Amino acid sequence: MVKKIGIFLIIFSVIFVCSCANKEKKHSGKKHTITIAGSTSVMPFTEKLAEFFMIQNPKFIIDVQGGGSTAGIQACLNNTVDLGMSSRKLKEGERLNEIIICYDGISIVVHPDNPINGLTLEQVRAIFSAKIKNWKELGWKDRRIDAITREEGSGTRGSFEDLVMHGEEIDDSIMVQDSNGSVKEIVATDPYAIGYISLGLVDKRVKAMPIDGVIPTVSSIKTGAYKIMRPFLLLSNGDPDDHVREFIEFILSKQGQEILRKEGLIGSYE
Amino acid sequence: MNEKASLKERVVKTVLTIFALSSLLFLFLIFIFILIEGSPLFLKVGLKNIIFGFKWAPTKGSFGIFPMIISSFLVTFGALIIGAPLGLSCAIYLSEYSGKRLKMILKPALELLAGIPSVVYGFLGVIYIVPLVRNYLGGSGFSLISTSIILGIMILPTIISISFDSIMSVPKTYREGSYAMGATKWQTIYKIVVPSARSGILASFILGMGRAIGETMAVIMIAGNALKIPMSLTDPLRTLTGNIALELAYATGDHRLGLFSTGIVLLVIIMALNYIANFGIKRRSQ
Repeated sequence: MVKKIGIFLIIFSVIFVCSCANKEKKHSGKKHTITIAGSTSVMPFTEKLAEFFMIQNPKFIIDVQGGGSTAGIQACLNNTVDLGMSSRKLKEGERLNEIIICYDGISIVVHPDNPINGLTLEQVRAIFSAKIKNWKELGWKDRRIDAITREEGSGTRGSFEDLVMHGEEIDDSIMVQDSNGSVKEIVATDPYAIGYISLGLVDKRVKAMPIDGVIPTVSSIKTGAYKIMRPFLLLSNGDPDDHVREFIEFILSKQGQEILRKEGLIGSYE
Repeated sequence: MNEKASLKERVVKTVLTIFALSSLLFLFLIFIFILIEGSPLFLKVGLKNIIFGFKWAPTKGSFGIFPMIISSFLVTFGALIIGAPLGLSCAIYLSEYSGKRLKMILKPALELLAGIPSVVYGFLGVIYIVPLVRNYLGGSGFSLISTSIILGIMILPTIISISFDSIMSVPKTYREGSYAMGATKWQTIYKIVVPSARSGILASFILGMGRAIGETMAVIMIAGNALKIPMSLTDPLRTLTGNIALELAYATGDHRLGLFSTGIVLLVIIMALNYIANFGIKRRSQ
């Protein structure tokens, strides 16, 4: 028994030493570190881009952190990060270089069996502020609307509040889910549900509602006809240095944009 | 040789003592950590505004968790209404009626029930209970009643095993005395056995409540998480645990502190429940 434990200990220590040695090796070469922080909506895509970039350029270390758009903008203004990420437009006084890496549409989704073929922005706002509570008021059957929103602090909720609610509060009686995926799951199974998710995640299981007569598609977002969309921004304070620029060029290159397109976002190159 | 053996004994004893005390240390550290993280907000916003506040909008400076406290208790009592009669009946059946062979199947099955991860319960709830409630009772299905049903099933193992132990510990002479007076089996059970095991059974209910109030994953999946206090059985609700798990990912600054103060309230409630349960068990053993 003691022998067995001894052998295990030896194996573990060997693995441990090896992994440490590996790390040492990695750090010993000359590395350029780029720190990025900000919006949690942009973060997963930046991480993905950084992963690809670091495979191609092993001398770079890209450190991507969350914190939210506002925190990212502040950090960038204070020069604590090389790049900030934001999923909202800059306000006046936030003087930073902005690089639009792509656009993301937010679609209002309902169950495929829902016969209503279009809502106005005002109606959507009224549903989420609980002024319209019944499908009857929208010309369907007498049944409560099961509206679903995202949790407080989520970037998608933040954009939805800016673009749709225009300062009105989302009512407390609205159900809350903590990811695009679970909102979609409920809308796909509950015929009376309505929610909002990233355009990239819309498929046959849910119906994207035309808003003010415009169907949310890649092309209607590109032309600007569909209004519920937001830019994903990278921010730099002044001109970025050469290493940072190399990463930005990668994102805006065909390869980088292709990665974003696969994630369901709309490229900025067209 | 003898001296060597006693040295070994002492070493083992010391090591075991240290390990045993470390669990106490963990509890202490968790407590301190939550308190340090959560208490600044209590000082800043005020105890009353947090515990009795109706509005939860942490990014806009409102930290009221009163609806969640009420909701947590509502689902817990709901779970108890479903779990307590089922659990108690099962415990009585196991100890008084079932044969040895059936007991050998039932006991391990119950232990298995306790071992099923809560996310699986949540999944089953979303797939089966929620559509059933939506189709037959109305509403979205993500509701007080669905959550209570799932939690009621989840607390069964706790209630059954503790009630069973306390019923088994009722001395055999009580039962024999009752039979000697000419009482039937059922009369013996509800006049003698259950009253004698009363405090243990109560303790099992309270520990079941502790389990229900602390449950998170299954609850997030089926409660709907709306912030309003539910007005009917088919209304969605948000519990204290659900609030923490739901919003932790994006929370920064005061929002994060707000979630920690939710944690403090939860910790206090669970400690109170455990204290009451222990008190019940002690009374039984006297």
